[in-house]
Amino acid sequence: MRLRPPRGLRVRLVIAFLLVSALSALITAALTFRQARSAILDRTQDNAVHELRAQVDSLAPDLPFPPTTQDLRNFTRQLDRAGTSRDWRTAASYRGGPPVSAPGETRKTEVPAALRTAVGEEKDAVVRQRVEHDGTPWLVIGMPVLYGTDGADERRAVSGLVVYADFSLDGDKADIAALVTAAQAGAVPALVIALGPALFAARRVLRPVRGLRNGAEKLASGDLGTRLPVTGHDELSDLTRTFNAMATHLEQDDAELRRMEATARRFAADVAHELRTPLAAMTAVTEVLDEDARGGTLPADTADAVLLISDETRKLARMVEDLMEVSRFDAGAATLHLDEVALRTLVEKTVQLRGWQTPPGRVVVEVPDDVRVSVDPRRIDVVLANLIGNGLRHGAPPVVVRARREPGSEARDAGGDDLVVTVIDHGAGIPDDVLPHVFDRFYKADAARTRSEGSGLGLAIAAENVRLHHGTLTAANSPEGGAEFTLTLPLALPRPDVPEVEEGP
Amino acid sequence: MPRVLLIEDDPAVQKGVSLALRRRGHELEVAASGETGLLTLERFRPDLVLLDLMLPGMSGLEVCRRIRETMQLPIIILSARGDDIDLVVGLEAGADDYIVKPASGEVIEARMKAVLRRVVPQDPDVDPGRAGPAGQARPHGPEQHGDLALDRSALLVFKEGRELALAPSELKLLLFLSAAPGQVFSRQHLLEQVWEHSFYGDARLVDACVMRLRGKVEDDPRHPVYIQTVRGFGYRFGPVPRPDGGERPRQDER
Repeated sequence: MRLRPPRGLRVRLVIAFLLVSALSALITAALTFRQARSAILDRTQDNAVHELRAQVDSLAPDLPFPPTTQDLRNFTRQLDRAGTSRDWRTAASYRGGPPVSAPGETRKTEVPAALRTAVGEEKDAVVRQRVEHDGTPWLVIGMPVLYGTDGADERRAVSGLVVYADFSLDGDKADIAALVTAAQAGAVPALVIALGPALFAARRVLRPVRGLRNGAEKLASGDLGTRLPVTGHDELSDLTRTFNAMATHLEQDDAELRRMEATARRFAADVAHELRTPLAAMTAVTEVLDEDARGGTLPADTADAVLLISDETRKLARMVEDLMEVSRFDAGAATLHLDEVALRTLVEKTVQLRGWQTPPGRVVVEVPDDVRVSVDPRRIDVVLANLIGNGLRHGAPPVVVRARREPGSEARDAGGDDLVVTVIDHGAGIPDDVLPHVFDRFYKADAARTRSEGSGLGLAIAAENVRLHHGTLTAANSPEGGAEFTLTLPLALPRPDVPEVEEGP
Repeated sequence: MPRVLLIEDDPAVQKGVSLALRRRGHELEVAASGETGLLTLERFRPDLVLLDLMLPGMSGLEVCRRIRETMQLPIIILSARGDDIDLVVGLEAGADDYIVKPASGEVIEARMKAVLRRVVPQDPDVDPGRAGPAGQARPHGPEQHGDLALDRSALLVFKEGRELALAPSELKLLLFLSAAPGQVFSRQHLLEQVWEHSFYGDARLVDACVMRLRGKVEDDPRHPVYIQTVRGFGYRFGPVPRPDGGERPRQDER
């Protein structure tokens, strides 16, 4: 499994902080270590060289020149004994001869050839070299012995005798190892201690970020009055200021839009309402007009004109009613008055009320007798009348109304059964390009077609009524060719506003 | 033909409605404000009042209340305001029916006739076994339901011997429900039978009338005994406890 990079800003900040502090601790430790190590080693070497020189200077004068191998052997033995503090092993060679060491001593290290050459070249200098032997570091020193050991200013001459000494650096190694251990032991607590400021810094940075996020969430959920306190003068406070400015703009725009919308709605409602009073006067007399126009007492032209006026007055009245209804939906003022009724009765009453039951077979109702629904009967009547009337007007009879129960969709709460009512006509169906618009207000299927009998709001009002019932209304074409409207209502409707009759005074 | 008083301030509506109603043979008097309407009432003695709600000066609601204080004649509100709240307030003020403008002369006349009909049409759905020879034509004297005495032929209602002043719609509703005690009627059914509205009339008419009726016949309108609600279905009359102090009736089926 692949490790995912940490998501949270806080985690990333803390990790970055720790990495930086770990890196700086490491670099500091490494530099310190290097410095300390070379200081320790240099000091050891200098001491050793110094000591060796002192011993050689005190013993060399006793050496006969030219020395024999035996002389050299004795010389080195004396040197070995003198160097007890450092426990070195010495060897000596004369004029490039093989180094001779004290008898019985098996040398731990061979004097490296490079060292011997170096001593040969630099006649005057002490040469040292670190070698690795059996996993431990050794220091080998090559030192030419000079004449004239008194008088510092006198030019010394090379005697041809070279003394080699080697000794273990184990002790120094242990010192250095202790340094490393100390650095390691210090780094872990340092990192732990660094975690504190890291968390603190992350908190400091993230708190305004979290505030911004909360503010944005509130804003997104519609609370446009959200403002955040601005503190400090950093980039985040700039961002907060910008956020506040944005919220202010949004709030202003929203208020403006709402105001305009409310004005438009009120205007539509006012217009409809103002139209009602003159329409009331006109509608009251339409039958008087009809009666006289059909009575044959008026000249034919006048009679036609009068009939036209009374017809159009009725249409206008219906349209104003529809407009009022739509504006009630838009204003959210439409309420449900639920009643439990038999669906079959509901459909049959709708058909009877409109006189659609004659001639027989024009509207076919195939609804089971036992289905009872809790609906607003007036609103469902509007829906059914619109769907059936639409089928009769634009399609062709018979218009068939069917109803069935279906298991409710999971998405809806309670999960009760749905009531599915289909209204199918036997006309040519709805053209595909018109289908998505049938529920639009004042949508005209054919631009050339003039007003039909309806107000152009019928299906829109039907859809709103269904929505008020928490149901759905869809339009499609049935396989047989006619238009098919499907009304789906939850059978168990939530009952938020059943009129409380028995309790109130 | 009934005498109708129209209280309406808009001259065009005055003219239109009176034209339509006079044409149909009604005797009509018009008042342009609530105050003159109340005065005309004394002089003209109409059988029915058609009342606009938005009047200059005294509001239509106030006129409605004033009339109800002294008279039981039918009142129909004729208003351009069709919102729920207007309707409920108007009905609570004591109106028997509510017509939203614009309405044709035919509709107005039909509603007037329905309200003026003093008896409810015979209900074919009433189970004769339970209701007995139900209906208004029952010949014998007053029937007793608890403290209520109903005289169907004289169209009078007494509570503990005192005559109750019931508006026409209230009286008709009470007589209709009590003709079949214990039977539940849906709001739609009551609308059709008592108000002669279509099946899809406004059921709040029934609710408002029930509330007003309870205020008059019940001891405690919050715990009705005579007109009980059957939640989700409608209303029923009783069962009324026996006068000899039998058990208290069941409360509403919830």
